[in-house]
Amino acid sequence: MSRIPSQLVVVGGGMVAQRLVEAVRARDEDRAWQVTVLAEEPRAPYDRVALTSYFSGRDPESLALGAPQLWADPLVTLLRGTTVTEVDRDARTVRTADGRALRYDHLVLATGSRAAVPAIPGADLPGVFVYRTLDDVAALRGWVEQEAARRGRPVRGAVIGGGLLGLEAAGALQALGARTTVVQFGTHLMSAQIDLGGGQVLRRLIEALGVEVRVDTATSRIRPDERGKAGRLEFADGGRLDVDVVVLATGVTPRDELGRAAGLPVGARGGVVVDQACRTQDPHVSAVGEVACIDGACIGLVAPGYAMAEVVVDRLLGGSAVFPGADTATKLKLSGVDVASFGDAFARTPGALEVVHSDPATGVYKKLVVSDDARTLLGGVLVGDASAYASLRPMVGRPLGADASAYLLPAGGSAPVGGDLPDDATVCSCNNVSAGTVRAAVTEHGCTDVAGVKACTRAGTSCGSCVPLVKRLVGEQLTKAGVAVSNGLCEHMALSRAQLFDAVRVTGLRTFSEIMQRHGTAVAGRGCDICKPVVASILASLDDGHVLDDERAALQDTNDHVMANLQKDGSYSVVPRIPGGEVTPEGLLVIGQVAKDYGLYTKITGGQRIDLFGARLEQLPQIWRRLVDAGFESGHAYGKSVRTVKSCVGSTWCRYGVQDAVSLAVLLELRYRGLRSPHKLKLGVSGCARECAEARAKDVGVVATDRGWNLYVGGNGGFTPRHARLLAEDLDTDTLVRTVDRFLMYYIRTADRLQRTAPWIDEVDGGLDGVRSVVLEDSLGIAADLDEAMARHVEVYEDEWRATLEDPEKLRRFASFVNAPTTADPSLAYVAERGQPRPATPDERADPAVLIAGTTLAVRS
Amino acid sequence: MSRPQPGWTVVCQLTDLVPERGAAALVDGEQVALFRVGNREVLAVQQLDPYSGAHVMSRGIVGSRAGAVTVASPMYKQVFDLRTGACLDPVGKEPQHLRTWPVRVEGDVVLVGTAGALVDALVAPLATPATLDATEAP
Ligand SMILES: Cc1cc2nc3c(=O)[nH]c(=O)nc-3n(C[C@H](O)[C@H](O)[C@H](O)COP(=O)(O)OP(=O)(O)OC[C@H]3O[C@@H](n4cnc5c(N)ncnc54)[C@H](O)[C@@H]3O)c2cc1C
Ligand code: SF4
Ligand code: FES
Repeated sequence: MSRIPSQLVVVGGGMVAQRLVEAVRARDEDRAWQVTVLAEEPRAPYDRVALTSYFSGRDPESLALGAPQLWADPLVTLLRGTTVTEVDRDARTVRTADGRALRYDHLVLATGSRAAVPAIPGADLPGVFVYRTLDDVAALRGWVEQEAARRGRPVRGAVIGGGLLGLEAAGALQALGARTTVVQFGTHLMSAQIDLGGGQVLRRLIEALGVEVRVDTATSRIRPDERGKAGRLEFADGGRLDVDVVVLATGVTPRDELGRAAGLPVGARGGVVVDQACRTQDPHVSAVGEVACIDGACIGLVAPGYAMAEVVVDRLLGGSAVFPGADTATKLKLSGVDVASFGDAFARTPGALEVVHSDPATGVYKKLVVSDDARTLLGGVLVGDASAYASLRPMVGRPLGADASAYLLPAGGSAPVGGDLPDDATVCSCNNVSAGTVRAAVTEHGCTDVAGVKACTRAGTSCGSCVPLVKRLVGEQLTKAGVAVSNGLCEHMALSRAQLFDAVRVTGLRTFSEIMQRHGTAVAGRGCDICKPVVASILASLDDGHVLDDERAALQDTNDHVMANLQKDGSYSVVPRIPGGEVTPEGLLVIGQVAKDYGLYTKITGGQRIDLFGARLEQLPQIWRRLVDAGFESGHAYGKSVRTVKSCVGSTWCRYGVQDAVSLAVLLELRYRGLRSPHKLKLGVSGCARECAEARAKDVGVVATDRGWNLYVGGNGGFTPRHARLLAEDLDTDTLVRTVDRFLMYYIRTADRLQRTAPWIDEVDGGLDGVRSVVLEDSLGIAADLDEAMARHVEVYEDEWRATLEDPEKLRRFASFVNAPTTADPSLAYVAERGQPRPATPDERADPAVLIAGTTLAVRS
Repeated sequence: MSRPQPGWTVVCQLTDLVPERGAAALVDGEQVALFRVGNREVLAVQQLDPYSGAHVMSRGIVGSRAGAVTVASPMYKQVFDLRTGACLDPVGKEPQHLRTWPVRVEGDVVLVGTAGALVDALVAPLATPATLDATEAP
């Protein structure tokens, strides 16, 4: 159906607006709606929930939500830095601050909230911040760093408000090195979510982080210091506190001003009133997210907002969805402090019983609220150990199936739940995914791992708190389906690659047959194209023997076996290593001459080297003889191994360069050449923040700073492109190399087969933070081991092509035919295109006139 | 040593073949992929990979699937039963099978016979074609 699309205008470019646009584009198959998003903030929608991670080194771009392609869709327009100032409901237009007017067929208000600023004198002084947007946190960070530099002592910070947001802000200030006090008006921290008992345990946990806590304290004024900036807090009880920076976290106010001015009804405590279809009184205007007043209240959580977005989209497309009600379960995202509350945490249901387990010594407080017959779970509070949260939350309103207290004991916390979870229980509330949907992803859509289920259902892709539960459901379902969950490799090997790696490392077995006998399944037999190359790769990582040694040769993938890349017609491509992309004119001449003599198609690769295509199996040794004699060595373009270190020209030539990018790239490439890994590895080095080498698209990206090198990890191209994320800043070269050593080795040891670094970081224990603590702080105590493994790799590296050329036994594998070792494959046929050969198409093969003889050039010896 | 035998072509020595790996051979102008499995058994299928049209089967990885000796195409990873040529895993495509050749190992010599039965019509895996081990050879 093609008709002129109707105009959907969305005011606000926040989290809920993003989800709404995504849902329209996913579901509007007739392309009936053209969407325009008017966003006040100068950037595309980002993950506000993860805002605090800005302080732990995540950079702003990595907070971006959804796929960037969404904004490139011709039916989607995003106007950033555009504030809507007026809605004219009669004319159905909106007006923007920069004087534009846009007509709409349907309008959605998704303006969210603003941080509430308490009416106390001094709240507008410099040095007082709110905590809502990226600009807010960037300004806060800048201020704290500047104050710290000016004063030469730790900055004194105060957070007014001891709720979820305030505690997150306090954690952020601590992370910036400030000494922080949380000032709470109520009787205990997080009083909106947890009860007094939990609040008291929480207070001790917060204090253990070095944060001071004052409860029952009303701030009456913020006094300026001699420079006119915030200098002192004064409290109603007469107390005072000297400060250098203040963060206000006293709540949020819905941004309902557009609705009010347009005459739409607003709630008693603000918010544009909507019905169960998220419509305002005006059928052409909806409101979603924090600005919507639904069932009499605004909800300051993202999951209900997402649900509203889905409802609106469903309605726009003719559906009849209604708001399913809000799940107000919350979990504090403060590292080291585990707090969660869900359901009826305050036992407000008549007759509700509370089962409490409290252990002040270990800082644990757990409470479950159950129905009067003690059978149905109504809600709960978990402080100090919230590991049971993901499992318990979906059970709200359902029979517990076991004695409630069993769930509260340290170990039993999460054990009993899961298998009995009904299909309609919500597992992921961020994305509203039920247990049934997760199970169906396995049974009907063929997903076989958590990553697949995440991609298929979106469960676990937002806050991540449900991932443990998703993982378990997936595991259970696979077991039920009789699939060897065992994340095993194949029918011959029940261990995962990481498990096998450890096993082989410990047992010291070094041949395939021994390994399969010891670790393989009953039908291990002769293995297959999955487990054999994995064993080969593990053995290569462990002791670096030559890839064509003995029995090991038989395990190799075709490419590794002949150390070249198989092409579609059965010929191979040859890629000599060109470290850092630096090559001499003499080197270029040699490559050019080889290409010419063998009639090879020549192309520059994305990794800054030269690929020569169309070499026949039996020609490979001769070609390499000439390359090796000229000083080239294998580029390992064929292996699951380190490929290239791409670099820009850096400070030696570039006007802007601040470090010598090429020298570092060459150093890294020579260090890691030949390193075998679960998947290919690419590195990049840029000489300054302009990032001409696109290092952040690489598994390991290094970007020069005035003070050293910033290290990014987990950038992947391919099917699911990912930008690398910041691992560490301003490293000197030695520390950088050591950190990269450990990162690579940790990955090689623990990643799954064919798992690239980005998904590995997502799944490895603790995510990026976990990786950081392993490689920088040695939290697992394996750093020395990793260092040693890399040192060994560097020490025993040898060019495998040179070694092959010296061994007549190995060279026999390059015979084209056992009974005619130098006869060319008679089926190869080429045509010329732009002056170079390429494989002939089936039609061209039928017409010998167009074929060229180029690469069947007589074999030279 | 080998005596000339009608219908059999001497192709190579057993030691020319690497255990658990394939090698290509030209037999009567046709490209055949030989695989040495176990110590003294050799299996032969067509070198042409039916899915890619390239002559590469000998470069695939030898393995086993539920007891069958297999090779995986190095191009798009379809898996074939080396004894029958049957496609065991078409990787989402229409199954296409491989031609097989009988092979004999006499002493150190590997002989390939005339092409075996086409297995296109294969329903159940055929019994081992004329793949004779030296011990069974006359
Ligand atoms: C630090 C922090 C931590 C949080 N943690 C959690 C958590 O763990 N779990 C959870 O569920 N929620 C959490 N939240 C709340 C969550 O971020 C919000 O519920 C969610 O962002 C609401 O989405 P929204 O689209 O309604 O509003 P927003 O994301 O606030 O987006 C509204 C956008 O509209 C723009 N806008 C407003 N008026 C106009 C106008 N007139 N013209 C143009 N644009 C306009 C605003 O600039 C803003 O960008 C957290 C919030 C913060 C600040
Ligand atoms: S990244 Fe910086 S140093 Fe490197 S080429 Fe670009 S501008 Fe020059
Ligand atoms: S509950 Fe947040 S991602 Fe699933």
